[in-house]
Amino acid sequence: MISQLSWKIGGQQGEGVESTDRIFSTALNRLGYYLYGYRHFSSRIKGGHTNNKIRISTQPIRAISDDLDILVAFDQESIDLNAKELRLGGVIVADAKFNPTIPDGIDARLFAVPITKMAEELGTSLMKNMVASGASWALLGLPLEVFNKAVEEEFGRKGAAIVEKNIEAVKRGAEFVLEQAGGPLDEFKLDEADGQQKLFMIGNEAIGLGSIAAGCRLMAAYPITPASEIMEYLIKKLPKFGGTVVQTEDEIAAVTMAIGANYAGVRTMTASAGPGLALMMEAIGLAGMTETPLVIVNTQRGGPSTGLPTKQEQSDLNAMVYGTHGEIPKIVIAPASIEDCFYDTIESFNLAEQYQVPVILMTDLQLSLGKQSCDQLDYDKIEIKRGKLVQDVPALEGHDLFKRYELTEDGVSPRVLPGEKGGLHHVTGVEHDETGRPSENALNRQNMMDKRLGKLDNMYIRDAIRVDAPHETPELLIIGMGSTGGTIDEARTLLSQDGITTNHITIRQIHPFPTKPLLPYLQNAKKVIVIENNATGQLAGQIKMNAGFAEKIESLLKYDGNPFLPSDVHKACKELSLDGNIQRV
Amino acid sequence: MATFKEFRNNVKPNWCPGCGDFSIQAAIQRAAANVGLEPENLAVISGIGCSGRISGYINAYGFHGIHGRVLPIAQGVKLANRELTVIASGGDGDGFAIGMGHTVHAIRRNLNVTYIVMDNQIYGLTKGQTSPRSAEGFKTKSTPEGSIETTLSPLEIALSAGATFVAQSFSSDLKQLTKLIEEGINHEGFSLINVFSPCVTFNKINTYDWFKENIVNLEQFPDYDPSNRVQAMNKIMETNGLLTGLIYQNKTRKSYEDLVTGFKQEGLAKQNIKISSEEFDKLVAEFK
Ligand SMILES: Cc1ncc(C[n+]2csc(CCOP(=O)(O)OP(=O)(O)O)c2C)c(N)n1
Ligand code: SF4
Ligand SMILES: [Mg+2]
Repeated sequence: MISQLSWKIGGQQGEGVESTDRIFSTALNRLGYYLYGYRHFSSRIKGGHTNNKIRISTQPIRAISDDLDILVAFDQESIDLNAKELRLGGVIVADAKFNPTIPDGIDARLFAVPITKMAEELGTSLMKNMVASGASWALLGLPLEVFNKAVEEEFGRKGAAIVEKNIEAVKRGAEFVLEQAGGPLDEFKLDEADGQQKLFMIGNEAIGLGSIAAGCRLMAAYPITPASEIMEYLIKKLPKFGGTVVQTEDEIAAVTMAIGANYAGVRTMTASAGPGLALMMEAIGLAGMTETPLVIVNTQRGGPSTGLPTKQEQSDLNAMVYGTHGEIPKIVIAPASIEDCFYDTIESFNLAEQYQVPVILMTDLQLSLGKQSCDQLDYDKIEIKRGKLVQDVPALEGHDLFKRYELTEDGVSPRVLPGEKGGLHHVTGVEHDETGRPSENALNRQNMMDKRLGKLDNMYIRDAIRVDAPHETPELLIIGMGSTGGTIDEARTLLSQDGITTNHITIRQIHPFPTKPLLPYLQNAKKVIVIENNATGQLAGQIKMNAGFAEKIESLLKYDGNPFLPSDVHKACKELSLDGNIQRV
Repeated sequence: MATFKEFRNNVKPNWCPGCGDFSIQAAIQRAAANVGLEPENLAVISGIGCSGRISGYINAYGFHGIHGRVLPIAQGVKLANRELTVIASGGDGDGFAIGMGHTVHAIRRNLNVTYIVMDNQIYGLTKGQTSPRSAEGFKTKSTPEGSIETTLSPLEIALSAGATFVAQSFSSDLKQLTKLIEEGINHEGFSLINVFSPCVTFNKINTYDWFKENIVNLEQFPDYDPSNRVQAMNKIMETNGLLTGLIYQNKTRKSYEDLVTGFKQEGLAKQNIKISSEEFDKLVAEFK
């Protein structure tokens, strides 16, 4: 019996790889296994190799694995590209149609199943996904009824006949492979899961769900990988809550529409990736200057320019922290899990209104698109805080205006919404006085700058840094952000087996940088390694600039488009602890 | 009910004496009163330029944004609270150069926003460069030998983009302008009102006298039917765009707000935003 296993399906894009993965993992989720998915895809819609990998475990998991147990291949290319990941004695289930062969030097068992043929016999090659997932399921020796129930749910809408056909396809795939293998494979027999169905979703869905819970009712956005799922989720849901999604002509329109809507009182967001974020920069300054709440989600992908649009990277950090001209207060938050995506979205909307600033929620492609199991989300933790939003203010006299930019102790001024009789005021991106009227007065300028920039003094989000520090003075402090946390933790298990002590900190509040809480951990570590998916060490730069300790901070960087593997991190950390040089991954 | 005086504030505009923009300001104030608005129910969103300052000169909710982005901001305001009357306003550079993309798409979207362009055929605030509205051969600081690009015809573009309300006026004709703004506000959908607004400082060609000599008022054509799109297009072309009045109105197409599924009459900003635990459970269940 084993507690975890990795499974991968590969084929040409548009060939059913996605749907095979979906149905297979939905059924596993039914049984209560923890799942962690990784999609390898390209910008092409049809054609081009694509694969989806899922890790299946009886324990929570938050990383992809180095190796692979079962590879399902729709073509020889999928075998050639992925077989090297297979662990010794791994299994390949391949379509007999292309006479699959095992590449030289790979020790694996091959089951050639007439996947296409069986699907065609049942009426359409579209059912390849059913034959293939049925065969995989059977090899694991898992209960077929559970799988069939998932099939029923997937196709129920299309009628009983379709459901039956698909179930038949599953059965034929299963029976064929069992006969070849002589029954389920003992070495892949998974421990029973806890039977508790988990939530199973991608980060983008958790952000969409979080935004509805936060009271977001409008979204203005322009499609882009890997952000589009957020708008696609919300356009299905928001109308039920009175709201809507507008697909704008570009990201400049998206962000300025969001600013207009937030000004008029509706929690509104936009979401994009690097290229769109770049277009939004001037408007982010407008939100900062006019103290208009704003939430922007930036799902990072490979840059610069169009870069690697479907690949993992964390290289927009500096753009988010520094982007926009002039100086404004701004919050940048990096969720590190699906749960974070949900709760941080709610917090982003609250902070945007409490501090009247733009908030950027930064994910990365693996967090946005990797489908993962997640704990139950807690309704009771949803709190809506609207800061100094005021209503029913007293009537104004004569030509008086409401002091929308009143100089207050904490720098945050009362805010009214258009429509309020006593609240008339002016808003402008030009420097202005307390009523919002343009002013070039030097003293006023200084007061207003200090007011705006001072708003975030001592502002900390929930878990500004997430600390796992079992050691007082560890050999290594490993620091990361975003989707890399699970990988780092798996590497730490290996490192502790090597006798190397490590602490782990996930930086979640990227800006304003949480220097104070971080300092003691930096101080106490012998060495620090900052792990990030970019080429220039942007997070390490923030740490050195804000907290110092440049002499003991090293970087592990990976910018080939792929997420870190536990082995990457393990190797680098081990080398560093032995005083070696870190090679880039 | 508020009178036009209540839409005035005590700010002295920093426009040059004689600038066409003064009359546009007055016309907006009158129209707002004439259609029965209260200052708190009017939001004036403006762009950047001499013209863009207008949101600060009207006693209402005013938002002075960034160059070229007046329309997306205004549409955001309208989506958030459709009970507000939203007027967007800016210069010809703001709306037809840097913001042209938004103009076309705001027209297509057809939210109930009234867009008043203060068209002086030049960049005023940056002190006299060519605009997409400048005539060919027009000499400015940035075109010392005369503009060699075609003059843009926003009215034709608006019609071909599916505009439901297209009008043009002249800032000297306060009566016509006020009436057109009222009609624009009352129109269910997006209304474009382009207004010739002479820049007395930097445009020595398109002066008050020049406009008086060259523009044709549609009132001269008693048979003109503003619901006829083909006729409207012909008229714009015949007059080389130098016509004033209500050029085209489509009263049958619904506004964007009326087409959005589930959109209520009550402003979204006024609605409850906390979801119930039952609603939450239902959303979450989809991920099991
Ligand atoms: C992004 C950006 N680019 C350039 C400018 C400089 N700028 C300010 S107003 C303006 C043009 C003004 O012309 P127009 O829109 O016709 O307004 P007018 O002053 O004529 O009323 C320019 C180029 C700016 N503010 N922002
Ligand atoms: S420069 Fe021209 S447009 Fe600007 S205020 Fe003066 S006259 Fe008006
Ligand atoms: Mg102009």
